Amino acid sequence: MRNPLSDRILEIQPSGIRKFFDIVSEMPDAISLGVGEPDFDTPWHIREEAIYSLEKGITSYTSNAGLMELRSEIAKYTKRHLGLTYHPKDEVIVTVGGSEAIDIALRAMLNPGDEVLMPEPCYVSYLPCIKLANGVPVSIQLKEEHEFRLQKEQLLEAITDKTKILILSYPNNPTGAIMTKEDLEDIAKVVVEKDLFVISDEIYAALTYGREHTSIASLPGMKERTIIINGFSKAYAMTGWRLGYALGPKIIIEQMTKIHQFCIMAAPTTSQYAAVTALKNGDRDVEEMRKSYNERRNYLMAAMRRMKLQCFEPYGAFYIFPCIKEFGMTSEEFATKLLEKEKVAVVPGSAFGECGEGFIRISYAYSIDELKEALSRVERFIEKLRA
Amino acid sequence: MREEILTIIEKNNKLSTKDLADMFGVDESIIINEIAKMEEEKVICGYHTLINWDKTEKESVTALIEVKVTPQRGRGFDQIAERIYNFPEVKSVYLMSGSFDLTVVIEGRTMKEVAMFVSEKLAPLEPVLSTATHFILKKYKDHGTVMEVVTKPERMAIVL
Repeated sequence: MRNPLSDRILEIQPSGIRKFFDIVSEMPDAISLGVGEPDFDTPWHIREEAIYSLEKGITSYTSNAGLMELRSEIAKYTKRHLGLTYHPKDEVIVTVGGSEAIDIALRAMLNPGDEVLMPEPCYVSYLPCIKLANGVPVSIQLKEEHEFRLQKEQLLEAITDKTKILILSYPNNPTGAIMTKEDLEDIAKVVVEKDLFVISDEIYAALTYGREHTSIASLPGMKERTIIINGFSKAYAMTGWRLGYALGPKIIIEQMTKIHQFCIMAAPTTSQYAAVTALKNGDRDVEEMRKSYNERRNYLMAAMRRMKLQCFEPYGAFYIFPCIKEFGMTSEEFATKLLEKEKVAVVPGSAFGECGEGFIRISYAYSIDELKEALSRVERFIEKLRA
Repeated sequence: MREEILTIIEKNNKLSTKDLADMFGVDESIIINEIAKMEEEKVICGYHTLINWDKTEKESVTALIEVKVTPQRGRGFDQIAERIYNFPEVKSVYLMSGSFDLTVVIEGRTMKEVAMFVSEKLAPLEPVLSTATHFILKKYKDHGTVMEVVTKPERMAIVL
C-alpha cells in the first residue's frame, strides 16, 4: 500500500509536551490552572436567545459570510471600541471561531515560500496553520525584559525579502502581555515601510485591566494592511459556540470568504443568533466578568510577590506567566513535578515556543476559592524546592 | 471600592480581609477599615448563611402573605409595618406598590402554625383590612443562588 498521508502533514510535529498532557488527563483529581477558556457560563440572555431561535425553527444555513444582522452588529461594535469603520457587506466575515479566521486569512494571503513572522511565545495554532498554507514560519523570540512586547529592532532583524505577514497577538496568550499605542506605532512604521501585512489576533481585546486595548489597524496606513481577528469565546464566555470573525480590506475578505464558502459553508446558525444578542445587550456581562478577572489577577500577583516568584505584571487576557528559572528545571520538568507532588496542573511555557522555556502559564479563569487552594499547593511545592 | 467589596461579600463572605485586599491590590487595613465603617453605618446590616432547610431534618414552612392595611395618620405605613415585623415569626416585611400594601414573609414549623399566626396575630390587628396567604412549595432560587445545582461536565484540564 502507498503511504496514505501527505508529506506536509507529516512535517507538522505534534505538540512536544504531549507526554505531560497525557499525565494530566489521567489524573482526574488534579486541580488545574491550565484552562484557556472562561469559567463563566454564557450569560443567560444570550443562551435564551439561541433557544428562542431554535423554537422558531431557524435551523437552516445563513449566507456564507454570516447573518447580515450579525455582521452589522460586529461593524458597530468595532466602531464603538476601536473607532474603525468596516462595511458589513464586504469587509466582515463570520467564522467558526477565531481559529478558522486565522487559517483562512493565511491561506488567502500566502504564496509558497512567503515568510510569516510569528512573535513567540504565542498561541499554538499559528505555526501549523502557516505551514499548511505553504508559508514559512519565522519565529521572533520575545523577551521577558520587554514584558513580551514586540520590539521594533527584533522585527527589523527578522524581516527578509520573503517576509509578507506579521502575526500580532495582543492581549497575548500565554503571557498576558499587551502592546500600548506607542509600542504599536513603532511596529506600524516598519510594517508600512517594508510593505508587510498584519494578522492581528485580538480575541482577548475585551479583557484588559487598567489599560486600554489598541488595535494596530487604527494607526495611520494600517487599516488596509491588517486583518483583525476577534470572536465571542473569551469576551462573552462562548467557547463552545465556535464563533469568531475577521475584519479587513475587501480584497482579502472576499478571498477568505471563498475558502470559507467551500470548506465551512457558513458558521453555525444558532450561534450567530446568540451572538447578535451578545453584541447588542452584552456589554454589562463583559464588564462584570472583566472585573472578576481583574480581582483574580490582582490576587495571583499578590501571591506571586508573597512566594517571591518572579513575574511581570500582565495587563490582558487571563494568564500570568511567571519565571521558574531559579529552580534549574525545564518548564516541563517543573510542571510534571508540580503535578506529581501537589496535583496542580499548569502549562509549561515551552508549549508556546522555545522562548517560553523557563516559564509556566497560570490561567486565572478560576474562582478565587479554586485559586486559593491551588496556590497554597504551589507555595508548598516551591518552598520544598528552595529548602 | 465600597460597591466592589459589597458585590463580592454579598455572594461570598468566607473570603478573608487579606483575600479581599489581594483581590483589589490594596493594603489589608484599608479593607478592614472600610468594612468596619460600613457595619457602623448599617450599610452592612448583618451576616447570614443561606440554608436549604429542605435538605435537613428540620420541619419548616414559609408563607408569603399579601396584606392590605389602612395607613395611619401622620405615620403612613411605618407604624403598622413595625407592629408586624416585631413578631419573631416574621422574616421579612416589604411595602409594595400595586393592589396590596405589605408583603409579609413568615416562617413556621407547620402550615397550621403559620395559619394560626395569621388568624390570631396578624389579621386581628386593627389597621389590617385583609390577608391572602400563599405557602411556598419549593425554593428554586434564593438570594441569587440556585438551590438545586445541576452538575455539568467539567472543562478539559488543559486548554491551550
